[in-house]
Amino acid sequence: MAELKKDEKIIQLVNVTKAFDETVAVENVSFYVRKGEFITFLGPSGCGKTTTLRMIAGFDIPTSGKILLNGQDITNLPPNKRPVNTVFQRYALFPHLNIYDNIAFGLKLKKVPVTYMNDKGDKYVKMQKLTRREIDEKVKNALSVVDLEGFEKRSVSTLSGGQQQRVAIARAIVNEPEILLLDEPLGALDLKMRKEMQIELKEMHRKLGITFIYVTHDQEEALTMSDTIVVMKDGCIQQIGTPTDIYNEPANAFVADFIGDSNIFNGTIVGKFTVRFCNRNFKCVDDFERNEKVDVVVRPEDIKMTDEAGGMLVGRVTSVVFKGVHYEITAMVGRSEVVIQSTQSRNVGNIIGLIIEPDDIHIMKKELTVNKYDGYITKKNTVAFGDGEFECDVTTLYPGSHLDEEGYLITATGEKLDLTDVDVSVEVGLQDIELSDNADEGGARGHIVQLIYKGDHYQYIVRTEENEEDFVLDSPDLWNENDYVSVKIKPENIRLALKQEKQNG
Amino acid sequence: MVKKILSVLLCAAVLVFIYAPILLLVVYSFTTSNVIGKWEGNFSFELYAQVFRSAEIMQILFNTVWLALAAAALSTVLGTAGAIGIFYSRRRAAKPLQAASQIPVINAEIVTAISLALLFSAVFLYRTYLSLIVGHMVLCTPFVVLSVLPKLKQMDSNTYEAALDLGASPSQALFKVVVPQIFSGILSGFMLSITLSLDDYIVTAFTKPPMFDTISTYVYNAVKNGTNSSTPALRALSALIFVVMIVILLVVNLRARKPSSKEAAK
Repeated sequence: MAELKKDEKIIQLVNVTKAFDETVAVENVSFYVRKGEFITFLGPSGCGKTTTLRMIAGFDIPTSGKILLNGQDITNLPPNKRPVNTVFQRYALFPHLNIYDNIAFGLKLKKVPVTYMNDKGDKYVKMQKLTRREIDEKVKNALSVVDLEGFEKRSVSTLSGGQQQRVAIARAIVNEPEILLLDEPLGALDLKMRKEMQIELKEMHRKLGITFIYVTHDQEEALTMSDTIVVMKDGCIQQIGTPTDIYNEPANAFVADFIGDSNIFNGTIVGKFTVRFCNRNFKCVDDFERNEKVDVVVRPEDIKMTDEAGGMLVGRVTSVVFKGVHYEITAMVGRSEVVIQSTQSRNVGNIIGLIIEPDDIHIMKKELTVNKYDGYITKKNTVAFGDGEFECDVTTLYPGSHLDEEGYLITATGEKLDLTDVDVSVEVGLQDIELSDNADEGGARGHIVQLIYKGDHYQYIVRTEENEEDFVLDSPDLWNENDYVSVKIKPENIRLALKQEKQNG
Repeated sequence: MVKKILSVLLCAAVLVFIYAPILLLVVYSFTTSNVIGKWEGNFSFELYAQVFRSAEIMQILFNTVWLALAAAALSTVLGTAGAIGIFYSRRRAAKPLQAASQIPVINAEIVTAISLALLFSAVFLYRTYLSLIVGHMVLCTPFVVLSVLPKLKQMDSNTYEAALDLGASPSQALFKVVVPQIFSGILSGFMLSITLSLDDYIVTAFTKPPMFDTISTYVYNAVKNGTNSSTPALRALSALIFVVMIVILLVVNLRARKPSSKEAAK
């Protein structure tokens, strides 16, 4: 690994946001890249990683925020003025030019300062194009870096995908950019080719010593090659760290779920360095506040199997899958599903004991334990929030109050109140929301935008169409991403509170 | 078997129906008879000789070719620029723009011609070379757009960005990367424009300067009075035009097929 000079920030994004019409692709993203670093943006498709890369390349201009290159603002600089070159996802080679001309394309446009001496001995500098010989030499060098010597005269269409990929890389590095941007460059290659190219890219990075910014949705690729990984989701950065950090210390359930295989459990901190999940207390190394609800991550390869008596947890094997190097064994522990990776096999139906060491338990703050909304009371004494309208019990707003026949609220002291349009804050627990296929059954409707499996249940995020309000809920039932569902909440589970000081009349 | 014979016969009948009149014309271009349907004298190239001897016919031939080349060249530039503009506009604007650019294709030519005549008389340029060339451009440009747009859609749109990324200015990227990739589309648009302009009568008749004639207007005037007896040489001229058109059509089609067969071989 190249030594990184900590202070040399080659590129820095400051509060960068990019919106296309209505949709926000990248939201308030800030980070920096050190000189010589291999940094990877990792995330599912649509997470904003490619947009971020395109802003660094100059193809997209941020809606707000700044991009600094070596401390200078390049936010609005066109791409041809930036010392940055890109390797495109589908290569984007020029089909009408041969390999030589493809690679020489940038060189032929380039002008470099050349110092001359005039008759009087004064030096002066002239901007001049590269000579043919210089171009020849550089192209030859670039071709040897990517192992394609002798391909100069070939046409693009005669090359295989892997070879085209190499030409694309040669075309970019021949210009000696300060930063090389790679947009899922290996996405179109087959698995074996991809593995080879991963190693070669890493080697190239070492030899060239320039900064690589890499975009991928393949977590394994990111872990293999990067010095630093930036995990993104929905246009926001989830975590920045080294591959080891990201794998061992994921910042939240999304990162844990996205990077590698993982068991995610709902847990509660029950004492100092003690966490309870799967109905048992475990020693752990992370310190959290007592009674805090947490997500617990245990990697499948960190769970050891033993006999029934010696296990901290006892489960029944429900499936065994051979994966080449290891077996993937799924066991039911109570209502939770636990995935174990082991070189030893078990049979379906076996009762096994499981051991989890404190070091292997990673605890993350729960992102959200309750849904919070701003709402208001309607004429019918229901409450409107989250793009919907729900039955509720308005008498909870005033202790000891009741409703009269006309729908007015009579407080404990006998005051008569009209609650229409009163602003309230609403809280709904994650377990208190139910989903239904029937659009008319619930108070609000939306699409499932995310689901994460958490051992014995799924955590869903349902997003409404109109104002993109989110309902986060836990449910043991399986729904699919993009399902259109309606959201049901029982009136007694909607907790209301007045927003302002007591309103009279 | 019977089915096969029947289908061959039907195809033959259709072809005969389409080509018989033209073949008749070609056959009678080899006799000097004044009236079609009557063979007089021997098989001769006399009419063809007349075509090339007549200063008048040579002049209109020159006019026609000159007009076609000028109008096609201008339409090609305009149409290509338009297609690129449509291709790179925002999606919401691109659809209506593309539809609007194709209205002249479906519009009745006589309507186009009359509107042009009205427009140019309003600005006192009626029946000038300008009105003539603009008229032909209105005719040809939509077809250039039609033949260039698919090539743009086939192109990897990242190549333009790749050129910018490698240091090209937007105009360098356009001419060094985009235009070469869509060149076959531009060329077929140009050829199409030439054929359209060559045989156009209606727009030409409404926009041409008074003493100017193209082959179409000349032939039309010569046979207008119901007899073709006045200039039998026109039969030879028409036969020549037919052959030239066939050749152009073949060239365009062969050119269009070439790159795809190359790709198939890959």
